[in-house]
Amino acid sequence: MNNDTLHIAEKKFSSRFLIGTGKFRNKAILKESILASHAEMVTVALRRIDLERHEENILAYIPNEITLLTNTSGARTAEEAVRIARLAKAAGQGNWIKIEVINDSKYLLPDNEETIKATRILAAEGFVVLPYVSPDLYVAKRLVDAGAAAIMPLGSFIGSNMGLKTRDFIKILVDEIKLPVIVDAGIGAPSHACEAMELGAAAVLVNTAIAIADNPPMLAKAFAQAVEAGRAGYLSGLPAQRPLGEASSPLTGFLFE
Amino acid sequence: MILTLNGQNIDLPDGLSLKDAVSRFTKTPEHVVTEINGKIVAHTAWEKTSLSANDTIELITFVGGG
Repeated sequence: MNNDTLHIAEKKFSSRFLIGTGKFRNKAILKESILASHAEMVTVALRRIDLERHEENILAYIPNEITLLTNTSGARTAEEAVRIARLAKAAGQGNWIKIEVINDSKYLLPDNEETIKATRILAAEGFVVLPYVSPDLYVAKRLVDAGAAAIMPLGSFIGSNMGLKTRDFIKILVDEIKLPVIVDAGIGAPSHACEAMELGAAAVLVNTAIAIADNPPMLAKAFAQAVEAGRAGYLSGLPAQRPLGEASSPLTGFLFE
Repeated sequence: MILTLNGQNIDLPDGLSLKDAVSRFTKTPEHVVTEINGKIVAHTAWEKTSLSANDTIELITFVGGG
């Protein structure tokens, strides 16, 4: 374990890169991508089993030591999110939950109010709750009060690959909220992930960009490298931007008078 | 007996146990979680839980997701 570990609840992670498991063309590519990225936490969802097709279970493709973060996708209310969380716990795969409560199918924006409600209920039941929300300072403060273990603010719309559109608002959360800030949604390129980490985010989650890339394992590795680079940039103390030029070479001893 | 399974009407043998019902539809029952009439039924109770006509059953498992 390096000495820049990510602490969430009772766990420590060496990797600050989380990968989502949705939309991959096939499960073998998913497994390759997870391994290439060295991710230590992945998201999964819960759905009704397909009664006609006995599909191979996705858990067979996720290495055992990886922390499963079950999302509550499909939930439209706090109540539905709570139900999904309890089902995830009953499935015996841990009690780490990403609360995702979405009511709009156009932008897939999270319902912050219902997310706060679900966080409060589930945290009280002992779940480790990582809520997916808009990067709003008041929402974040309420989530801290409600017992969230981290905050997952969106970078841009889920699946949009538009990058860190909410940059300035994520910066506010990084500066004002004591919990780990895990940027999630819309991260479409390694540079976006690097940017998020340079701002001071604790971690980044990527799903769509990797799943639909031409070469998912290669991109997964690139994202992991970008997260490391961005984190090192942040820790090393990035210099401020300047509006004027300042010479890099000495201003004395010129060869020409 | 007719009951509702994952939103579909389905005909299963009378008195079928939940355990036997689950194994008809999956090769990995250990990763399936079940509800009968809105209540989660723990794995340990599957064998001794018999299904009844008009029960609403949910068989749920993990899938890829972001």
